[in-house]
Amino acid sequence: MALVQIRDVYKSFQRDTQRIDVFTGLSLDVAQGSFTALMGPSGSGKSTLLNLIAGLDRPTSGTVQVAGAAVHAMTAGQLAAWRARHIGFVFQQLNLLPVLTAYQNVELPLLLTRLSKPQREERVRVALGVVGLDDRIHHYPRQLSGGQEQRVAIARAIVADPTLILLDEPTGQLDAKSSQEVLALLRRLNGEFGKTIVIVTHDAHAAEQAKTVLHLEKGVLIERAAAVGS
Amino acid sequence: MRYLPLVLANLGRHKRRTFLTAVSVALALFLFASLRTVVTTIAAGAQFGSARRLVVTNATGIVFPLPIAYAGRLRTLPGVQAVSWANWFGGRYGDGKRFFATFAVDPASYLAMYPEIQLPPDQREAFLRERTSAIVGKRLLDVFGWRLGQDVTIQGTIFGGDWTFTIRGVYTPSDRVINDDMLIFRHDYFDERIQRAGIVGWYILQIDTPDNAAGIAKLVDDQFRNSSAATKTGTEQAFNASFATMWGNVSLLMNTIGMAVVFAILLVTANAMMMSARERTGEVAVLKTIGFSDRRLFGLVMLEAGVITLAGAVLGLGGAKLLYRATNFNGAGFLPGFDVSGPTLALGGVIALLLMLASGVVPAVRAARLPVVQALRHVE
Repeated sequence: MALVQIRDVYKSFQRDTQRIDVFTGLSLDVAQGSFTALMGPSGSGKSTLLNLIAGLDRPTSGTVQVAGAAVHAMTAGQLAAWRARHIGFVFQQLNLLPVLTAYQNVELPLLLTRLSKPQREERVRVALGVVGLDDRIHHYPRQLSGGQEQRVAIARAIVADPTLILLDEPTGQLDAKSSQEVLALLRRLNGEFGKTIVIVTHDAHAAEQAKTVLHLEKGVLIERAAAVGS
Repeated sequence: MRYLPLVLANLGRHKRRTFLTAVSVALALFLFASLRTVVTTIAAGAQFGSARRLVVTNATGIVFPLPIAYAGRLRTLPGVQAVSWANWFGGRYGDGKRFFATFAVDPASYLAMYPEIQLPPDQREAFLRERTSAIVGKRLLDVFGWRLGQDVTIQGTIFGGDWTFTIRGVYTPSDRVINDDMLIFRHDYFDERIQRAGIVGWYILQIDTPDNAAGIAKLVDDQFRNSSAATKTGTEQAFNASFATMWGNVSLLMNTIGMAVVFAILLVTANAMMMSARERTGEVAVLKTIGFSDRRLFGLVMLEAGVITLAGAVLGLGGAKLLYRATNFNGAGFLPGFDVSGPTLALGGVIALLLMLASGVVPAVRAARLPVVQALRHVE
């Protein structure tokens, strides 16, 4: 059974008097342990799809199930608790709270758990070690490079050991070298730690790192292709 | 507690704004405590008075004197155990800018009737022995830098001329409501110096039991009803309360000003909190994505408002308490016993709590209700 099951999802927005249909009957499966890239032009619905999987948005109709949980049917309170346990999310930019250090930013998801302070500290250090920033734990975001910021964001996404890691254009603002570092890290998380990853990207090179590449065109999944690097 | 570092970090984002907001709250609560204490001090002064003491004044008004000859007749009335008298003098010292109360009293009977005015035995003896002696409160002694045994010259404003007294005693009130800012001298010396001898400002009667107060007061007034100076007799508490009413409706005025200040600061605080929350819309989105629930975000914003108002409350209310205590403030003698009371601090705390709720609830609700997808647009 797939980790993510999206069935016959319709999603529309109302902009002034105009109704915009993003998805009209979209269905999709994402397997456990997969590394999936979602590609497509702006406005094709990539980020909306990611938001639906994360329970940040609700489908107009249809079902979204993640690890057996009916995400589309949860209340706001249930969704928050569910996200804290099952989802790690990385944005393109402004991921980190500027007033918190790298350590404190990574610790945020753990504040929602029952872990003690020493247990939280151990987890944060491990997560920052995985992304190679254990020497930057007391640095503020302004003291980090763009690539380092994204790696801290990834550390925060994995620190609570979520079921699924979702990334929305994580390399969109990075230079080539930093992008390589982030993509290498994602590959390692998938390959070495078995994490299920869904990444939205415009970058073909980034998509090449994934095992599966899905193309969205005006809300329709028009192509499924095995990535070059898979 | 685990969220406190996050709350403090957010408050530290704009240190100057946070500082100024907390200071605004502190100032408002300091003013509230000060104005409220004026009211409670006046009220305490009006409440002061022994139930076993009656005050006899001229029925026409307190500025009109009574004959000293009444003393003998008052002593003979049933239920009256002791009689004393006093006269307002109205003197000033030096440039006269520092006001203080000056009374001429019958020393032996007055000190016996007011054990609240505590005096070392040797100083008491000296006061009773020496006609031109005076006793002063400790505060007055310190204000003018006087010392025991010093001759001081007071200019009479009602009873003119220079009046020189030798300070023979420094009294300490046993009750904070009693002014420690007075100069008390002997009535026989006063009687000797003024042109119109044989008058007193008011009599004080020590009675056997408070239950007889009304009956004795009526007896006194009946006794002198057809005399040249009819009397008006009441309890000491009523006498003190009549002075309090001379301030007018101070309570209403002070409370109105206090509430207006608190309301103005409420708007300032609420505005600062809303600005702070608005600037962090994107961060709220990130926190919601991580799994912070609406309720938790509501709590975090309220906690921020709480920390600011708590800091302001500690600074403002604690500052008022300590400042007035440390400076022994008494409003130049008009507000003896001026001290921020426990109930005033508690009321200030309640106002701080309301301030927190009123200033924090709008940004807190806004943060909690913000749809994640809409908030994410600030991130993207």
